[in-house]
Amino acid sequence: MNFILEGFRKGVILLFGLDSGVLAVLKLSLYISILATFIAVCIGVPLGSIIAIKRFPLKKIIIALINTGMGLPPVVVGLFAVLFLSRNGPLGFLQWLYTPKGMVLAQVIIATPIITGLSLAAVQSVDQRFYQQILALGATTRQSIWVLLKEIRLSVLAAVIAGFGSIISEVGAVMMVGGNIKGQTRVLTTATVLEAHMGNFDIAIALGLILLTMSFIVNLALTFIQQSKDRQK
Amino acid sequence: MIQKLVAYALVFLLLGSVFNTHLAAQENGDVILATTTSVQDTGLLDVLIDAFQKKTGLTVKAIAVGTGQALQMGRLGEADILWVHSPTDEKQFVEEGYGINRTTFMHNDFVILGPKTDPAKVMGMENAAEVFKKISSLKTLFVSRGDNSGTHKKEKIIWKDAGVSPDKNAYIEAGQGMAQTVAVANEKQGYVLADRSTYLSLKKTIDLVIVSEGDQVLINSYSLILVNPDKFPKVNADGAKALFNYLLSRDSKEIIENFGKEKFSQQLFFWDLKDNQ
Repeated sequence: MNFILEGFRKGVILLFGLDSGVLAVLKLSLYISILATFIAVCIGVPLGSIIAIKRFPLKKIIIALINTGMGLPPVVVGLFAVLFLSRNGPLGFLQWLYTPKGMVLAQVIIATPIITGLSLAAVQSVDQRFYQQILALGATTRQSIWVLLKEIRLSVLAAVIAGFGSIISEVGAVMMVGGNIKGQTRVLTTATVLEAHMGNFDIAIALGLILLTMSFIVNLALTFIQQSKDRQK
Repeated sequence: MIQKLVAYALVFLLLGSVFNTHLAAQENGDVILATTTSVQDTGLLDVLIDAFQKKTGLTVKAIAVGTGQALQMGRLGEADILWVHSPTDEKQFVEEGYGINRTTFMHNDFVILGPKTDPAKVMGMENAAEVFKKISSLKTLFVSRGDNSGTHKKEKIIWKDAGVSPDKNAYIEAGQGMAQTVAVANEKQGYVLADRSTYLSLKKTIDLVIVSEGDQVLINSYSLILVNPDKFPKVNADGAKALFNYLLSRDSKEIIENFGKEKFSQQLFFWDLKDNQ
């Protein structure tokens, strides 16, 4: 019991006296998660909206596939990313294995279905007549999706938050694709695993606290955006 | 309105501090070193790689996996140099033409850990095979790595020497790294084969004690192997050779021999190479 308390004490000290090693790990975590979330949003939100609005054959099957993708096991994504990106794999020429780029790729694959699925559900929750009305007023498809998205930004931002959450907390895929290399691909989650392996539970707790704090700050920012816009209605 | 401004300011601060740093990192002449978790978990790997990178300016991607997986990476040409500890498999690897210049350069040792109550009554026995025999015949719990790592392979060798197989109902395969496997053994109060450095780093958090040590079979030898560039043209042969030479140099010897003295007040790794450079 004592070593847990001691861990927390040291953790708080480390948290406020950020040393350069921890800072580098923190920066890389932020960089990868924010960039991956951004790319996943750029793909997922428009894709989800279009699937929600358009009528086409096999629509239900496609939606079921996306919903399955929302529960994609990160280690499976990691495994396939490693196989594809490895030197002799089909994407080996990119030289992305064990680099931040490869990690972003894996994270995008994990987060895109989540953001797509949640945006899709959000758009579908809007009354169909509303969409018909916008179209009747002469809007193009793109314009009408934009109006729709503005109407449901609360749910769309919830999708972004969910996507970001799945990425920042992920460890299996980044461990496999990144390799947890010091100074190159070590992020908060994989560093926590390593420190726990080494028996340095105090540092592991500190990294955990930093991860939670960072996640809280990002979510705070997103929540401010989400809630402030809503109030103007 | 203020809320909005605060939110945007936060987002921009985050983006700004982060995005300019990592895009520049490019990789080409990087050396991929496939090694074992035991070298990483002690912290030795980071120290040596940092020193090498500082000295040569080359970048090393050190991937810590089990010895089994490291050798597999070598067989597929996915690594440039291996740092592993499973002599029999290493020799086979070289004989099959995948590796060259295999050099055994350092060792540490394994210890058998067990509960203080010592239900198998093996405390103090030096012969590892005899210890395993007693654990098997008394059906006391044994926790195995079960992951084809160097440690797991060593465990299988000792079972073979003992001429018995473990009792199925008293044998757990953790399927995880050394530290978690020891943690499992600690929770379930079983016996476990572990390398001494992992034991030392976990000592303060576990109740297990060393019940047997010092047998010749418990010596854990580490070797370097270069992945054969004739077989895999994509291998970074020059970079691998530079790292190979560095790890066998006097500088490296000094780091390895002094490693752990401060933290654990004892030497963890022992140099095996004749001084001739």
